[in-house]
Amino acid sequence: MWFEQVLFFIAGAGALAGALGVVLLRNPFYCVLALVVHLVTLAVLFLLLQAAFLAAAQVVVYAGAVMVLYIFVVAYIGGRDEAMRPDESLITSFGPLFAVAIGVELCFALIGSGLEALDTRGADVGAGFGSPGQIGSLLLRRFLVPFEAASYLLLVAAVGAVVLARRRRGIEEEPPAPGREPAPAETLEVRV
Amino acid sequence: MSATDYGWLVLAFPLAGLLVTSFGWRVLPGRLPGWIASAAIGLAFLAAIGALVQIQDLPADQRSLVDSAWTYAATADLRVDMAIFVDPLSVFMCLVVSGVSFLIHVYSVAYMGGDRGYARYFAYLNYFVFSMLLLVLAANFVILIIGWAFVGAASYLLISFWYRRGTATYAGIKAFVMNVIGDVGLVIATFLLLNETGTVNFRQVFEHAPDVFATDDVTLVFACLLILVGAFAKSAQLPLHTWLPDAMEGPTPVSALIHAATMVTAGVYLIARTHPLFELAPTAADISAVIGTATLLFAATVALVVTDLKRIIAYSTISQIGYMVLGVSVAAYSAGLFHLMTHAFFKALLFMGAGSVIGAMSGIQNIDRMGGFRRAMPFTFVTFTCGALALAAFPLTSGFFSKDEVLAFTLNRGGGFVVLGIVGYVAAALTGFYAFRMVFRVFYGDPVPEARELEDGHLAHHDAANPMTGEAEDTDVGFPGPEHAIAERSWPMKAAMGPLALLALVAGVVQIPGVSDVIENFLEPTFEDSRFRDTAPSEGAEVIGLVVGGLISIAAITVAFTVYLRRRGITLEWRDRFPAVHRFLEHKWYFDELYDAVFVRPAATAGSFGRRVVETDFVQGFIVGGATGIVRVGTSFARAIQTGFLRGYALLLLLGLAALGLYFLIASS
Amino acid sequence: MDVVWFLVLSAFIFVIGAAGVIVRRDPLVILLCLELMLNAGNLALIAFARMHGGQAGQVFALIVMVIAACEVVIGLGIIVAMYRNRLQIDVDEMTELRG
Repeated sequence: MWFEQVLFFIAGAGALAGALGVVLLRNPFYCVLALVVHLVTLAVLFLLLQAAFLAAAQVVVYAGAVMVLYIFVVAYIGGRDEAMRPDESLITSFGPLFAVAIGVELCFALIGSGLEALDTRGADVGAGFGSPGQIGSLLLRRFLVPFEAASYLLLVAAVGAVVLARRRRGIEEEPPAPGREPAPAETLEVRV
Repeated sequence: MSATDYGWLVLAFPLAGLLVTSFGWRVLPGRLPGWIASAAIGLAFLAAIGALVQIQDLPADQRSLVDSAWTYAATADLRVDMAIFVDPLSVFMCLVVSGVSFLIHVYSVAYMGGDRGYARYFAYLNYFVFSMLLLVLAANFVILIIGWAFVGAASYLLISFWYRRGTATYAGIKAFVMNVIGDVGLVIATFLLLNETGTVNFRQVFEHAPDVFATDDVTLVFACLLILVGAFAKSAQLPLHTWLPDAMEGPTPVSALIHAATMVTAGVYLIARTHPLFELAPTAADISAVIGTATLLFAATVALVVTDLKRIIAYSTISQIGYMVLGVSVAAYSAGLFHLMTHAFFKALLFMGAGSVIGAMSGIQNIDRMGGFRRAMPFTFVTFTCGALALAAFPLTSGFFSKDEVLAFTLNRGGGFVVLGIVGYVAAALTGFYAFRMVFRVFYGDPVPEARELEDGHLAHHDAANPMTGEAEDTDVGFPGPEHAIAERSWPMKAAMGPLALLALVAGVVQIPGVSDVIENFLEPTFEDSRFRDTAPSEGAEVIGLVVGGLISIAAITVAFTVYLRRRGITLEWRDRFPAVHRFLEHKWYFDELYDAVFVRPAATAGSFGRRVVETDFVQGFIVGGATGIVRVGTSFARAIQTGFLRGYALLLLLGLAALGLYFLIASS
Repeated sequence: MDVVWFLVLSAFIFVIGAAGVIVRRDPLVILLCLELMLNAGNLALIAFARMHGGQAGQVFALIVMVIAACEVVIGLGIIVAMYRNRLQIDVDEMTELRG
């Protein structure tokens, strides 16, 4: 329906804007916020694709939990505007160039593809397509092993994160001055 | 038990002694290693007697027995067994070797008593006896070569026994290198014989040789000459003799055993064992006889002027082995081997006496510093004189009968051999002279301070020093021990020297021409295939030879008596009147200098050239440096990518992805 | 909308994320750009699931979300550890892989 097309364009524009914001904004805090916007618009796109459960998961888990964690870390570390280094011209020109090249290739592949199904709106799906019930039953039957493996992976990641970031006894924990340079070593000058 | 069982026992006992002394040296106290080693050789001697008895019980034509322990290699063309060959010749050699070795072991128990490397010494000594017995009992060329090589190794180990002494280690290396030259000759000869006859077993080679080779066949002559190279290297004949005088750096009992009585006779044994080949190649046998004669003359002349007691005896060994080589080369096999036996007795005795005198001199070996020991060391004096009489072939001693039998055979062959025989008599005169030169210089005359101290009742003591160069040493392991032994004060030394003195005097009775021929009859089965059986001299010729030899000996001893006792100092006048001759003889006919210039210097130059140019410049610089340089240049390209710059890596990832995508796009269109 | 539009959009988001990884120096922002790329992949997966009519693609995308969460957690842990050890929070300063 026309309604869906309008919604698609609005959400797509929002996603692209969020993505560009992540890449171009200087303050990391603003980048995180741009990503949150991107994630929410992506959830809208998921809804358009009949993936209701995933849209909800995206908002609740991704934008709601992971990004909040990200904001905590940015607050702890302290965001600072990143300065542009003068001799960066090579990287900053070639990087986007190759990325654009990949983008162009992908577009060629997609648009010139022989897959006819791409030009349709998709197969006919029933009413409960993408609903939690159907996803759940798939997770617990056909994809049980990946489901369990993923939960195990989460456990490992949680333990690993705790180990990585824990305080070690005996090491001074003074956070460095804002500027994020390491504190200069104090020297004791003895004047005779 | 059969004769071959006794043969295996003869080998087993020294091997057991070797293992016990070498593995138990930490736990065996005091002189026990020496007694264990002596007991091992004593048992081997008894086993040899057992083999003798068993062999003699068999009929004469069945006295060659071969027994194989296991097959070492059995291929289509070649079969090599670990086998021993028990026949009269090998039993004879076993008896001589084990008997004399036993007495020398007993002597060493006392002589080496103060040395820190006591157990090591006896382990080496047992190892040597085992190797020598393996050599003489070998049934094929392979076992012979194994025993040959082991004996060379034992000689090296024992010459360099006092390993912290530089001259000793150099002497050991010199002996080993010359022995290896002989080994190479022997091995190549074995290859040639194997190639022609298809087997390495003695019996089969000797049976097939007349079918495969014509008389004086070039290949056979060449093979026999190579066997001679091996024999002459081991028996210290010209031109491979220079190692033996230097081998006197080893302890005196070692000189007695290896370099007088047993190892140096291995060459003689080899020629006697391969006599069918030599009889088929008379050219080689004649060359051997000539070289033997030249050696015996050369060594006798040098023994006239050298002043180190052990080296005089060493040169006399070279000379006497020349007689043995001459004997077995003119097909006087039993005569040559009889001389081998008597020589073992009196030469070992002479070395033992020399050891006793050197002990009294507290390590000094120069006869210029010795004199007048007659009253201080009566036992040593008597036994030494017995040995000297036998060496000089004084009438009725053992050396008299054996040496003159060899010369009688030689003369009887006629033709050019008469010249060799005459040279042999000339050298016999010189032998008598220098033998008593030793006796008169050491035991007669005014007693030197060491002799006077010994008459007063205590042994002289000097600070430890190298007898040849005089440099100071200590008495810890690797050098001689602090105590010196003399025969008068240790019963083991007396127990060894006494029987040998007796044998040196009376052992000749077994082979008196016309009266008894025990040796000849005993060895008959081995040598019955000799072509020269009928060239034995008649009894009359032999008696004339004995008379001539006896007269020469008595004359030589009289001349020595006059020169050294009546007209003292005349030798100094001779030295001043003929300085060039004296220098020539004193430098041993300049053989060492010749070898140094021809072999040693060029080898050293080539070696230093190799080290400087080839190794350092070429290999290290060009090849190694070039290879590493290429790798370094090549890898510096790869290193340039490893900047550690994370974003650069990510960029490369993207680049790769783009390239891959492009490829698939193009490929699918 | 036709499925192909979603796929084109996902390609754009992916490319933007890739360029961001190259261009930015702050590791926090680089992680965010990685999240962008993962999300682009998710979008593509769900689009194809819609095209085929099967829900396996959606389950796949769910698992990808889980993995992305784990990866963010570990990455942030590393950055916090870096901060604690007084290192500079700048990928250009981390040249241990050099050589």
